[in-house]
Amino acid sequence: MPLASRNSFATDAEAVSRQKVQIRNVDFFYGAFRALKNITMPLHDKRVTAFIGPSGCGKSTLIRVLNRIYELYPGHRATGEVIIAGENILAPRVDLNLLRAKIGMVFQKPTPFPMSIYDNIAFGIRLYERLSRSDLDDRVESALRRAALWDEVKDKLRQSGLSLSGGQQQRLCIARAVAVQPEILLLDEPASALDPLSTQRIEELIAELKADYCIAIVTHNMQQAARSSDYTAFMYLGELIEFDETERIFTHPAQKHTEDYITGRFG
Amino acid sequence: MGLYARRRIANGLVMTLSVAATGFGLLWLVLVLWTLLSNGVAAITPALFGQMTPPPGSAGGLLNAIFGSVVMTLVATLIGTPTGILAGTFLAEYSRGSRFGEVVRFINDILLSAPSIIVGLFVYELMVVNMGHFSAWAGAVALAIIVIPVVVRTTEDMLNLVPDTLREAAAALGSPKWKVIVMVSYRAAIQGMVTGVMLAVARVAGETAPLLFTALNNQFWSTNLNAPMANLPVVIFQFAMSPYADWQVLAWGGALLITITVLFLNIGARALASWGTFKQ
Repeated sequence: MPLASRNSFATDAEAVSRQKVQIRNVDFFYGAFRALKNITMPLHDKRVTAFIGPSGCGKSTLIRVLNRIYELYPGHRATGEVIIAGENILAPRVDLNLLRAKIGMVFQKPTPFPMSIYDNIAFGIRLYERLSRSDLDDRVESALRRAALWDEVKDKLRQSGLSLSGGQQQRLCIARAVAVQPEILLLDEPASALDPLSTQRIEELIAELKADYCIAIVTHNMQQAARSSDYTAFMYLGELIEFDETERIFTHPAQKHTEDYITGRFG
Repeated sequence: MGLYARRRIANGLVMTLSVAATGFGLLWLVLVLWTLLSNGVAAITPALFGQMTPPPGSAGGLLNAIFGSVVMTLVATLIGTPTGILAGTFLAEYSRGSRFGEVVRFINDILLSAPSIIVGLFVYELMVVNMGHFSAWAGAVALAIIVIPVVVRTTEDMLNLVPDTLREAAAALGSPKWKVIVMVSYRAAIQGMVTGVMLAVARVAGETAPLLFTALNNQFWSTNLNAPMANLPVVIFQFAMSPYADWQVLAWGGALLITITVLFLNIGARALASWGTFKQ
């Protein structure tokens, strides 16, 4: 199926300069199963790109390619190219730890480490930086402030991260991801396990973080995609059906398929 | 008969059988403990902890045997725990999907259920024959061989309970694999891993067969690991089988002592585990 985009980003000089990530002809295999089929699309800096599509369409798989987290599992492999800062990160020689330090990731289920709130944030910072106690304190505080969690936890930084509520845990995970000052944030259904109020806070947070990061978000929630993203990619059965500005996708999609999905006629 | 009535009867039947089976199991445990207590309490005296194993007909205690058991169990734990934890870590964290891991796991399961007398005979051939004499070292090694598969198994099981998303989250921060394991997986699994070690210690504290072939026994006080060493299980075995009443009393005392120790190891394992984690 052809990639249909009326907003041809290749000719738009400004858009090209904002391309933080270029995904080129990426295929992904779980063993023999081909989960992604020849995906080509960009991710723009300081913009939110939403990935939508029915379960199993490959949207989570795609963002898991971007930090090569799939390499934790034998039999998972990606082919093609993902260019970040001029470098193909799918090349075999790439240092995965350094790559992942530049790309934050937040998962569907909150994943606080079994340690204190403070250490949850400091864990990632300590991996790559040697900071004095007071500098580390500052970094932890600013990360928690960015994630709009500071006021709720400033008096109990020594308590376990597991003692927080689900929504707080997810914001803790976002704080942990931004604490290492990444360039790209990957959010894999970050609000799907949360109540509406926590979801709203996460969405507000995404809107704020957009100013500094290139953000990719996988979501099952159409309204969430429409509300919080600038670009939307619609995927189906491992293929990228349509990629465009969110407004166009939701008002004048080029593909009948996309329109059917967005309007809830299938999926 | 209505569907609802049938289900109620079926439920009542299953519950009755479950409760009866539980009661049957508990009955024997209580009987064992009661027999042990009623016969053993009389032997728990200061002399038990202060004097050596006596010749028949004279007063004595179990000090040398207690000391020997503690020393050999300790050495066995010091050998077995790191080995077991690292091997369990290999199985859970490094050998995923590999054939070699499957083989190691299978062999470990065989070792786990190997009769302890086989382990004793093996160490007898390996160490006692080659050294030319029984020794506490040989006893400790035999016990360590029993500790290792228990620790391997519990470590692997507990690490497998740690959700992969937690490992992914740590790896996604750019953490090298060993740090993911040490800082995140171990922390999440520490409760079960400590319990596993404690249970392994409790298991070997009462092992008799492997020590019969290795450390043997020693009637006198000895701290020499290169010489035969007294230990509670073998002393209990020897004294309980003897025709002398005073030896039999000491055997009951020793048996009670081991049971209490194992009980406290189990309680300690739980207490330490709940203190050591961040669970609310």
